[in-house]
Amino acid sequence: MTPVRARMPHAPGGMGGPPGEGSALEGVRLALELEVPTDVRLIGRIVQLVSRQVRELEFPANVCSLNVPVALSEALSNAMLRGNEDDPAKLVRIRVLVDPTGLVLEISDEGGGFDLDECTQDPTTPANVTREDGRGLFLMRRLMDRVERYTESHGLGRNVVRLTIKRPPLAGSP
Amino acid sequence: MSFTMTKHVTVVVVDVDGQLIVGNRQELKQKVLDELEKGERKFLIDFARTGYIDSSGLGVLVSLSKKIREQGGELRLANLNDDLKTLFELTKLDTLFQIADSRERGLESF
Repeated sequence: MTPVRARMPHAPGGMGGPPGEGSALEGVRLALELEVPTDVRLIGRIVQLVSRQVRELEFPANVCSLNVPVALSEALSNAMLRGNEDDPAKLVRIRVLVDPTGLVLEISDEGGGFDLDECTQDPTTPANVTREDGRGLFLMRRLMDRVERYTESHGLGRNVVRLTIKRPPLAGSP
Repeated sequence: MSFTMTKHVTVVVVDVDGQLIVGNRQELKQKVLDELEKGERKFLIDFARTGYIDSSGLGVLVSLSKKIREQGGELRLANLNDDLKTLFELTKLDTLFQIADSRERGLESF
């Protein structure tokens, strides 16, 4: 199996927002960066790794078992199969930022990017519900609070999808 | 992640252990199609031991349902946990599949 290279943890620049007073996680922040070759067989392991970190930082159970795994799996799948055209020589980078206010996942590939609104279909219409494809972006947008796509202005100008999910106040928060 | 197939009288039951995602969906598809090719027509996929399913996994279920129906067969599902129920409801796939609360009820439904 192709290796996954990980770097963690360190205090990131931060997502802003005050930590919950009196919480066991007061001030706790996590940054995790992964760089992986394009290989869809790696997606399960990457999702497992990220979900485990998120679970330890007291996100609600369904966020750890549904929202994050499915949304991240979709973003990785898109990055590898569409952005990187399933080329194993191309890399996908994953950046995970967690602080008391929420979680941000940034998935970048070497593709030219896409228009998020134009590419998102509604798979629930009678015409689409029997289709085999077209549910990925829809699920990402339904399962996360915010989904954005942009092109990095520096370096190679990688295509980035950013997924954000807020969390309820931590126990002990005012 | 693995797929186990067992025969219960006339129904082929597939247990999905782990995730059903882009990295392993083809394995499930091929296993079911092989059984269809051999003449099996009734299939029950049991998700009691399944973590999560991504859009590729959902797509494979839709694809298999079509192929099995084309051959005069039926694909039914069982044991969706709360997360999986949410996923099926969000995508309205709960309207496309017959879903049983348990393996036993799924088997009885054929």
